[in-house]
Amino acid sequence: MIRAPRRTSQRWSWLILGLLAALVVLAFVVALSLGIGAKPIPLVDVFDALIRPDRRDIDHVVVFSLRGARTAVGLLAGLALGLAGTLMQGVTRNPLADPGLLGVSAGAALGIVLAIGVFGITGVDGYLWFAFAGAAAGGLVVYAIGSLGREGATPVKLALAGAAVGALLGSVVTLLLLRDINTFAVFQKVWLVGSLSGRNGEVVAHVWPFIVVGSISALLAGRLLNAMSMGDDVARSLGQRVGLARAWCAFSVVLLAGAATAAAGPIAFVGLAVPHLARVVVGPDYRWILAYSAVMAPILLLSADIVGRVVARPGEIGVGVMTALVGAPFFIVLVRRRKLPDL
Amino acid sequence: MSVVVEGPEAGNRLQAARATVDRVVDRARVRRRRVTVLIGLALTTVVLVSLCVGDFAVPLRRIVPVLLGHGDAGSIFIVQSIRLPRILTGVLVGVALGYSGCIFQNVVRNPLASPDILGITAGASLAAVFLITNRSIPFFDIDPQGGLPAILPVAAFIGALGTALLMYGLAFKGGGVSSARLILIGIAVGETLFALTAFMLSRAQLLEAAYGELWLTGSLNARGWESVVPLAIASLVLLPAAHLLANSLRGLQLGEEMSAGIGVRVQWSKFALLIVGVALAGVAVAASGPIAFVAFVAGPIALRLVGGSGPLLLQAGLVGATVVAVADLLGRVALSSTEIPVGIITSLVGVPFLLWLLVQRGRAGIAG
Repeated sequence: MIRAPRRTSQRWSWLILGLLAALVVLAFVVALSLGIGAKPIPLVDVFDALIRPDRRDIDHVVVFSLRGARTAVGLLAGLALGLAGTLMQGVTRNPLADPGLLGVSAGAALGIVLAIGVFGITGVDGYLWFAFAGAAAGGLVVYAIGSLGREGATPVKLALAGAAVGALLGSVVTLLLLRDINTFAVFQKVWLVGSLSGRNGEVVAHVWPFIVVGSISALLAGRLLNAMSMGDDVARSLGQRVGLARAWCAFSVVLLAGAATAAAGPIAFVGLAVPHLARVVVGPDYRWILAYSAVMAPILLLSADIVGRVVARPGEIGVGVMTALVGAPFFIVLVRRRKLPDL
Repeated sequence: MSVVVEGPEAGNRLQAARATVDRVVDRARVRRRRVTVLIGLALTTVVLVSLCVGDFAVPLRRIVPVLLGHGDAGSIFIVQSIRLPRILTGVLVGVALGYSGCIFQNVVRNPLASPDILGITAGASLAAVFLITNRSIPFFDIDPQGGLPAILPVAAFIGALGTALLMYGLAFKGGGVSSARLILIGIAVGETLFALTAFMLSRAQLLEAAYGELWLTGSLNARGWESVVPLAIASLVLLPAAHLLANSLRGLQLGEEMSAGIGVRVQWSKFALLIVGVALAGVAVAASGPIAFVAFVAGPIALRLVGGSGPLLLQAGLVGATVVAVADLLGRVALSSTEIPVGIITSLVGVPFLLWLLVQRGRAGIAG
């Protein structure tokens, strides 16, 4: 076996250290998310609850049953959106691609509108499967259309087909909403802005298998994305089956983004911005971009949720709004300070 | 494998090669002209049909006299004061969006970089939704018809222009703006504005939220001459400006370093072009709301109809106008009881067409 050159191995140890540091930050944010709220709980007690849970202690109950599920949904959704965004940008080779580009968000919204308007469902648990089914259907339609034609699914075709089908589904949603004010009233409250409030253990139990499977398959896709980023011809000459690799990535995106959207509603910015953030930090190697995105995205999502809970007491501002508000200034400063790698 | 050929034979081969190249170029030019004329004819047909069709039908052979002011007073009123301004608004909005999308996609060199996806129109949306959901503030008075605040088009235009300047300013560094940085900053600014808009809608009273949603969809309902005039003036200034800058746009397609190499003043051309593109998007959004998909779809459709490589400003503008005109016509006649806002139909018209072009055999290789 050939040993890696010294400089590369040094770089790797820095990257691993950075990833560990990010994990520590994530653990801290998780603890804050469990502790902060209408009833503030000191971090010491949060750790106490995690290590020695006591059902009679009201603080411990709050940490587990109320904030635990919420934090878990945030963690899972962040992980899923960060990875899905990286995959999407890698597969379409387009920096403007986000997880929603595969028709996932628009499909989920259509599922929700049908759930409210046609089936009269009003609970978060009930929406879940409609949103997920809609997201999966949207993703499959986009991929199927993008791979029609002689050359199969090229990046440009996937991007254009994704944006086109997304716009079409969006139009259908708007049409249904504007023709039925009652559905609009429910939709406005539950789906316009992504949110973690009211998410219980049920939601976590439903979505975690999808996100775990999707995350594993996404993290394994780093090499595929690296090869594809050099262009289809180079990837083929390196022995990669490009069509299969693309289908693999698209399948992971549908699992991840579909589950995340179903659990937390539409959350913008995370899937779009976090991969760029990771790329600015670690460079163009997709294996590292994926790993960093997987940690940075939940940090952003949970921080945004915490800020949303704190600034609007006693109410709260949905995490779908806060991610952009919290993340954008940070993102802009970073983009301005660093020399950008080619997109 | 190359064979060295000398003497008269080499000259002959060279001439033959030149002739072949000329033939190919000629054929491309003829095709481009033919396609342009065909799109123009399609647009004219749709406009004429739109003028005739409606609750009060006017026969096609009567339409020209009525336009010139001959005929019964009812027809003249309906065609000249209601249908004509509405259709002209739609056509001009479509042209402006088509040009704007084509400019952005070429300057940023990204098929997804239309002004709506890049978030330029998000500023207009935020301004409009703010006005619609805060109508109790006395300064933002509602116009007498009880519809939208009268100040809304101005606010939307300023919102679009302000967003673009903010993006450009934040992306400006070291004497220039790179496409990569502009895209990333655009993402951050646009997403923030989208999020704020969604937040306002989610907090608003139900009817105001529905109004906001309707405006965000884009509609030509009840647009009169007061919408046509600013659009026409802006088009007279901005469309020729776009064409004058089109040569430098052609340079930009080669990539920034190469354009600089062949003497295109990259930063200046880019800035001027983007300002023209933003202004076009701004006046369009001010008149009709952010009609989805037109700016995004016009360029790729034009490119795939004409073939070769862009930028095809005129063709994109014509495609944009046709999409809007067809969508508005369908929206007016599809349901007898009420009309469907044009912004909903544009994607229903544009998506199947774009997808059909995308999957067509043999043409799939053309870059977006």
